[in-house]
Amino acid sequence: MTVFHIVLLVLLIVCAVAACTSKKLINSVVIFMSFSLVMCIIWFLLESPDLAITEAAVGAGVTSILFFLVLRKIDALNVYIEDEENDDNNENNLAKGEEKGHE
Amino acid sequence: MSKLKENYKDSFSQKFSDFMTGDLEVPDEVHPRKKQAKNNKVIQADEFFSEFTDADDIKRRELYQAFRNRKFMEWINRAYNIISVVVAITIICVLLFTVSFLPAFGDKDNPANNEVSERYIEDGLDETGAVNIVAGMILDYRAFDTFGESNVLFIACCCVLILLRNDDDEPLPDEDVVDFRRDIILEKAAKFLVPVILVFGIYVVLNGHLSPGGGFSGGAIMGAALILFACAYGFERMERIFSYKTFRRITFGALLFYGLAKSYSFFTGANHIESIIPLGTPGAILSSGLILYLNICVGLVVACTMYGFYTLFKRGRI
Amino acid sequence: MLKEIFSHLMTNYYETAAVIIFGIGFTTLLLNKNLIKKIIGFNLMDNAIYLFLASKGYIESRKAPIVVNGVRDMEAYINPIPAGLVLTGIVVSVSVTAIMLALTVKLYRRYHTLDIDEIAIISKKGGI
Repeated sequence: MTVFHIVLLVLLIVCAVAACTSKKLINSVVIFMSFSLVMCIIWFLLESPDLAITEAAVGAGVTSILFFLVLRKIDALNVYIEDEENDDNNENNLAKGEEKGHE
Repeated sequence: MSKLKENYKDSFSQKFSDFMTGDLEVPDEVHPRKKQAKNNKVIQADEFFSEFTDADDIKRRELYQAFRNRKFMEWINRAYNIISVVVAITIICVLLFTVSFLPAFGDKDNPANNEVSERYIEDGLDETGAVNIVAGMILDYRAFDTFGESNVLFIACCCVLILLRNDDDEPLPDEDVVDFRRDIILEKAAKFLVPVILVFGIYVVLNGHLSPGGGFSGGAIMGAALILFACAYGFERMERIFSYKTFRRITFGALLFYGLAKSYSFFTGANHIESIIPLGTPGAILSSGLILYLNICVGLVVACTMYGFYTLFKRGRI
Repeated sequence: MLKEIFSHLMTNYYETAAVIIFGIGFTTLLLNKNLIKKIIGFNLMDNAIYLFLASKGYIESRKAPIVVNGVRDMEAYINPIPAGLVLTGIVVSVSVTAIMLALTVKLYRRYHTLDIDEIAIISKKGGI
């Protein structure tokens, strides 16, 4: 059982490092979401199910939605609705989003 | 007869059945953005933000690069990086050194397990009536703590409203203020999922004193259901069920009820007057005094706040 | 001495992991110039502190603090206090994150960048 705890903690640290060092913002937000899910399992192992439910609903759900909305606001997301006006700009936006990631 | 029909159209049951079936006469606009482009408002907005032209942006970027490329700045940047790495490593080492002196993990003689937790566990069921000791602790012994926390959520929502407010009077050149596209897959999935998620959230809130869960988690789940509905069906339809007025009334009413109910219970407790609120038999759903009602209040506030965050970030308005 | 410290750290592995995650978040706050990354680092620090608190309340081979079959012995359940504190903390951290993200959106609308150095220089040099 201890081995399982240690594996989860190592996974947690790996997720933290990856979220901080990934070049694209969208990647780091998704990795942060998975960090929250690993935290959720750890709360169960620490015998506090209240925290597990709250973390799953709040940390992995609502916080990630807020992050995604902000990424959309600042044009770092490469998903665009197909529109005639936007079609020519798509490539520029793609480059912009990548540049913003590691700037 | 026709009058009766009109009355029925405005009634709550008709609205509810509309909400459940999801067939309302929503204009089939796939590209609402185009409609906005024809408006004069967008041009006004461009004038309003005319200082953000590309030439200015390039100039500013050049200025920034020139400032950054100076040798002095380079040195300062390098020194800053080195110093921050050193500081971070020092802090981690100091903390690790301290951790090595802490009592072992999982030890029952840990100084954190003192007489306070003993009292919560041994007398909690008699004094609060809640089977879930954590719920009894945060909603009975430390109820004002939770009250402050609900207020923190409400105030955070107000702050975001102030920061991201986007009234019709001064339109911002935001492209995604109104972008909403009907998606048949999302709509059909939401039709099944939203009621299920809502019922699960209500279950978690109502059983907060009997099983893991409570106002915070259940409220967040209900907020997620509202967000999914708004994603699938758009804000126009959402506003018929949940408008700014509803948000205001629910949040204010829940906070007011929480404050009054807990003031009563603290008043009677401090003056040794017998409270009229029965504790009930532990394990029944209508038990544990005020905890059930306080859980409902907290859940409503959290659900409204989570949905409020989403809609404020999405379009700048609740 | 060093060996002793290391063996102690291995017995307290939850606290060790919490401190390491705290350090990662702190380093991100200091070194990364992107505002969104800074917010993620802040959230990592939050989670590390919650992990530390909850691990202090855990007791080996005891159950979650929900009364089962009327057993009301202290030897049966773990410490409920850290769970209550962390429950408060998680929800407050969400509201703090929302306010920080709103400020980020505001800054991006004004300066069209997320780099904190760039923002500082533009605002100082009278760009606008």
